[in-house]
Amino acid sequence: MSNFILEISYLIGAILFIVGLKKLSHPDSARQGNSIAAAGMILAIIATIFFHKDASGHGIGNLIWIFAALAVGTGIGYLMAKRVQMTAMPELVSVFNGLGGASAMTIASVEYFTNGSTAYGFLSVLFLSLVIGAISFTGSIVAYGKLAGKVKDISSNALTILNWILLAAIIILIIVAVFNPTILGGSGILWLLLLLSLVYGVLFVFPIGGADMPVVISLLNSLTGVAAAFAGFLYHNQVMMVGGVFVGSAGLILTILMCKAMNRSLLNVIIGSFGGGAVAGGGEKGEQVVKEIGITDAAILCGYASQVCIVPGYGLAVAQAQHICNDFEKQLESRGVEVFYAIHPVAGRMPGHMNVLLAEADVPYPKLVEMDDANDKLPNTDVVIVVGANDVVNPAAEDEPSSPIYGMPIIQAHNAKNIIVMKRSMSKGYAGIQNQLFFDPKTRMLFGDAKDSLGKLVSELKSM
Amino acid sequence: MEEVASYFLSNRIFIYMVIFAIFLGIEVISNVPAILHTPLMSGANAVSGVVIIGAIIVVGHAAPDNYWALGLGFLAVVLGMINVVGGFAVTNRMLEMFKKKK
Repeated sequence: MSNFILEISYLIGAILFIVGLKKLSHPDSARQGNSIAAAGMILAIIATIFFHKDASGHGIGNLIWIFAALAVGTGIGYLMAKRVQMTAMPELVSVFNGLGGASAMTIASVEYFTNGSTAYGFLSVLFLSLVIGAISFTGSIVAYGKLAGKVKDISSNALTILNWILLAAIIILIIVAVFNPTILGGSGILWLLLLLSLVYGVLFVFPIGGADMPVVISLLNSLTGVAAAFAGFLYHNQVMMVGGVFVGSAGLILTILMCKAMNRSLLNVIIGSFGGGAVAGGGEKGEQVVKEIGITDAAILCGYASQVCIVPGYGLAVAQAQHICNDFEKQLESRGVEVFYAIHPVAGRMPGHMNVLLAEADVPYPKLVEMDDANDKLPNTDVVIVVGANDVVNPAAEDEPSSPIYGMPIIQAHNAKNIIVMKRSMSKGYAGIQNQLFFDPKTRMLFGDAKDSLGKLVSELKSM
Repeated sequence: MEEVASYFLSNRIFIYMVIFAIFLGIEVISNVPAILHTPLMSGANAVSGVVIIGAIIVVGHAAPDNYWALGLGFLAVVLGMINVVGGFAVTNRMLEMFKKKK
């Protein structure tokens, strides 16, 4: 009977996961979807604790250990989720994902020692779960480090070659280990595989440019799902399998969608590290000059415009300027200026990240205009204000085939009548390439911290 | 070869399930507006914490004096639970903001 209850709970749990993620993909039902998926998880966990039996009919023991671990994990996870700044959220998702991978890796190694089976099927599933979990773990931690600016981009051809060799070595070792589990004596092969996978996870993410981290995180997220699915195979546990595979394929599709938004292939992201020194792109920039604009002039330009478009980028988020940006917008509107935000699909550090940040600052949803619609409106826009964005407005993506971002859809800020670029300095964007927009005759640069500048603009507008 | 064949036969239901789940995942995600990519990724990330079920099984069936398995299993449950709770909580936080100004 208890087995029946367990299986029914797993079935319901799996359905809740699917319905939950389905609802998460529509704006109106997204929140409900999240709760539904969470309910599925709670159901699966409770059913496992109370109704799971091993082959010889013993129920789950060591309940104190389990409940203690659940309590500790809940506390840590909840606090991390509550305390994180919304700007740092991509990093946090990466960390969570890495921990999931670490969990898969850990149970695979425990299972190796406690089960002792040498059936080919069992061993191959176990090693795959171990390896993928380990890669996802260290890969996610490095991705976190890159997003948080703690790990620099290091890329060289030697590293790429080393990565391929490592990957090949891991695959060959898995095959060898499945047929000859004791080839290195006892558990030697397990440790070697574990070590190689942990190293591969680090080296795999190392050469990938910071700008591509969202894609990498999404890919690693997909990998964690696959690791969970393989672990599910170990226990013939349907909810783990369905949940894991489902996340694996959904994550992969999401990864591909993100690559498409940048007009690049997944392979290109993983192999071709972005914006290295090799690509000069427009070497004759020596004579070009940029024109600056003062706060007062900028305020007048915006205050007497009829339509203003704000293009927010990660710089806005870093400066924590989303709230003051909202004030600026309201100030303009009180003067009868029509304001809208043009949101590039990959603005921020993750697709949709900018929407989350602006929503946090109470910017009304209809003001956020997606790229294609924004591009239709831009030729009639009097002033475009680029706040901390760079690569997503770089016209090189449209007209300079040698540029590494050539082909990426951009927000066509250069079509507007006037352009104001708010920037700290003339440094390059995340992709590390020069932006012709800054040298456009219609462009004025407003140097300084975005929050600071916007604040001054607001007070200037008030006194006008 | 025989091993492979028998493994396939004894697990064929699971293999079907996996393949259907792959297509389901593709189907569900394909038409997502870009603004929901981040919450969706975060939500999917929380669901991938389902690996915690395996961790609970490891701890639950470990011999009470096998401290090595208990300790690692304990760690696996903690890590999985952080993934699950943190993942759902942070997704909820993001979505809360979308809802507020309706």
